[in-house]
Amino acid sequence: MTDRKPMPGRIQKAPENFLSPELMEQARRARRSFMGKALAMGAGATAATVSSAARADDPAIVKLPAHTTGLGQPVAARGYGMPSQWERNLQRRESPGLTRVSAASVSFAPLQGMFGIITPNGLHFERHHQGWWDIDPSQHRLMINGLVKEARVFTMDELMRLPQVSRIHFIECGANTGMEWGNVAVPTVQYTHGMLSCCEYTGVLLSTLLDMVGADTKKGRYLLAEGADGSSMTRTIPMANALDDVMVAWAMNGEMLRPENGYPLRLVVPGIQGVSWVKYLRRLEVGDKPYDAKDEVLHYVDLMPDGTHRQYTSLQEVKSVITTPSGGQVLLDKGYYNVTGLAWSGRGKIKRVDVSFDGGRNWRTARLENPVLSKSLTRFNVDWVWDGSPAVLQSRAIDETGHVQPKLNQLRAVRGTRSIYHNNGIQSWKVADTGEVFNVQVY
Amino acid sequence: MNKISGAIASATLAAAIGLVPALAGAQTQGQAQAQTKAQGAQKTQVASAPKPWANIGRPATPNEVKAWDIDVRADFKGLPPGSGSVDQGMEVWEAKCASCHGTFGESNEVFTPIVGGTTKEDIKTGRVANLTRRDFPQRTTLMKLSQVSTLWDYINRAMPWNAPKSLSTDEVYSVVAYILNLGEIVPGDFVLSDKNIADVQKLLPNRNGKAFFEPLWQVASKPDVQGDACMKDCATQMDIRSILPEFARDAHGNLAAQNRVVGPVRGADTTKPPVKSLSEASAVVQAARATVVGAGASAPAVAVAPKLATDEPAAKGEGGKAPAQLAVEGNCMACHGVDNKLVGPSFRQVAEKYHGTPGAAALLAGRVKNGGQGVWGQIPMPANATIPEEDIRRIVGWILDGAP
Repeated sequence: MTDRKPMPGRIQKAPENFLSPELMEQARRARRSFMGKALAMGAGATAATVSSAARADDPAIVKLPAHTTGLGQPVAARGYGMPSQWERNLQRRESPGLTRVSAASVSFAPLQGMFGIITPNGLHFERHHQGWWDIDPSQHRLMINGLVKEARVFTMDELMRLPQVSRIHFIECGANTGMEWGNVAVPTVQYTHGMLSCCEYTGVLLSTLLDMVGADTKKGRYLLAEGADGSSMTRTIPMANALDDVMVAWAMNGEMLRPENGYPLRLVVPGIQGVSWVKYLRRLEVGDKPYDAKDEVLHYVDLMPDGTHRQYTSLQEVKSVITTPSGGQVLLDKGYYNVTGLAWSGRGKIKRVDVSFDGGRNWRTARLENPVLSKSLTRFNVDWVWDGSPAVLQSRAIDETGHVQPKLNQLRAVRGTRSIYHNNGIQSWKVADTGEVFNVQVY
Repeated sequence: MNKISGAIASATLAAAIGLVPALAGAQTQGQAQAQTKAQGAQKTQVASAPKPWANIGRPATPNEVKAWDIDVRADFKGLPPGSGSVDQGMEVWEAKCASCHGTFGESNEVFTPIVGGTTKEDIKTGRVANLTRRDFPQRTTLMKLSQVSTLWDYINRAMPWNAPKSLSTDEVYSVVAYILNLGEIVPGDFVLSDKNIADVQKLLPNRNGKAFFEPLWQVASKPDVQGDACMKDCATQMDIRSILPEFARDAHGNLAAQNRVVGPVRGADTTKPPVKSLSEASAVVQAARATVVGAGASAPAVAVAPKLATDEPAAKGEGGKAPAQLAVEGNCMACHGVDNKLVGPSFRQVAEKYHGTPGAAALLAGRVKNGGQGVWGQIPMPANATIPEEDIRRIVGWILDGAP
């Protein structure tokens, strides 16, 4: 028996099972040229039906498989469901050589294979500064002190009794795409943009808690958020954000937070870089000055060409990226592709996404999928018929404030090339005539 | 640090005693509020009325606030009194810090260097000149440090790496003094204290090197870089300005194994050179499919009745986690490679050295638990009090087997 497999996702190739490779290639060429002419005439849709008489039967149809003729698995065979075994390649991964200690490292989400805007909890990117923990929720406490009428302590039981909100927001590390400031450094969208995730979070608004403790929100223009883990990560949060949409959250995507993402409690700071979303949140302090924490003085500061560091850069600006097709992937054939990607802005909603297939010379506006939410990922799709010649794909987002995602050279003209943080430049993917896609910089 | 917490705490203790009546009052008002709403009356009273959840939680005690409120701000608010000398700092450093940061804070093995790149001239100007150089290889901690409070606060809250918050206040002062001395910011006989730390701040090489940047802090502010929304015949050169060199093709592993095996695209097989033409597509499909290890790529029937995942802990039998996994989780790999020397010897080197030595397992287990120094050089192995004994036994056994 031959080991040939049908090619999933493609139009079935009729001669494959019994013709020589030469004849197959001839047939393929013939079909392509026909499709080319047909498309030129605007009649591409009929192409697939033409060769049906010459087609071999698909064994996947005519030979009934075991899953059609046998008994499958029972309910609850897995108490907590897992993805199909065929999806094993989509994993969060470390970027080799990026960090030296895995407990102070990052894993990237596999954006190249994800759909919609919600990140499955098991694929959410990770960033740990001193390793992760699985904390007993009955032993976790949140303290609020500083410029408050009454310093207070809350158990998880108590927090979860408070008025709840559920909101969808993106989280992006300030260093996402940071390796690309100077040159192309990594091959795929997982490593260029994978410190990005988006979840529906459930928790209590921070403003509710600040009201309960009688916070002095006039004098107290800042908040310190502090984690309960070894590094006791601290970050300064602007009071303006705290009173607006910051959440103290215990749930993501319908279940409790994952330990890697701060179980049982984390801060959610919409639109602001991930380092401020303090995990294992144990304390909030209201203060009249920023705190100059380690990650505000030594890291997460943006080195400018004149040698100064911009400090307290926190906002994640308007940005987008095409996720399929993207670097490291191979297009299997010419013809139609649904080009898809993600757009987001820390300043609000995405208003428009344009896509270019010629390296930024001409642009077409993409379809935005619902929902389009503030400070959330937005999924875009656009039609593309690949003619087999080299192409450079780019996407460009515009947010509701009118901020247009800049080109890399526009960013570099102001911020130089030695920053690590807040690279929101336009990403380019080169599709070679072989179908292989490469990460490139074009502007 | 909350200076007013004491006053608040005594007031809130009183409130706590009266907690039950207060709660009852809140409920009454909450009900009243609900009623007014139901009657459709004006909502003018709602804003000032206590929320029905207002009494959830309890006041923090002064000791609780003291235990957690450890942050030290740039104006030294929160800095506890104390002192430490450069000499004392050196002792603490060599015992607890050098294993990761190197004897002189220069090590680039585990973390980026702490010391280096600053000059006497920088101390005068408060700006580190090397930060303007494109060719300067590293940005050390002292090159970037603009607030001495930050160094104090972070060492106090997060160091040493595997035993954070275990240093005494005076030890923290001494380690900060030692680092500043390595950077030639304070002399060798210096004693740092809460009394003179503000003077030291005035000597930091990069104290004037920071700029608060409003546009990336406030949501409503204006961006500093704006793109353009041109749609047709826009200015672009279409030149490829940068692309990965072909020798780096598999630097991130086989990309075929990092992509889905169904759909319009596959991952490139980076174990091989790039495909030469589009007609190799079927080879690409087959190569990608072969990367789903154990998913029955060559036996479709398995796809129907999947074996329950063998990588779930329960499926691994009594052994639990693999020793290699325990070594990762125990942070052993921060300093040891399997077959490459990092800060400490590689596991294979250890296996070789102790091959056939009676009692080696017990000896090494003791070293893992309590730390040690001198066998592989002067950089000490820190104690690992938090790894369970059984896990240590299994990790050591695995190492002595050559870390297969």
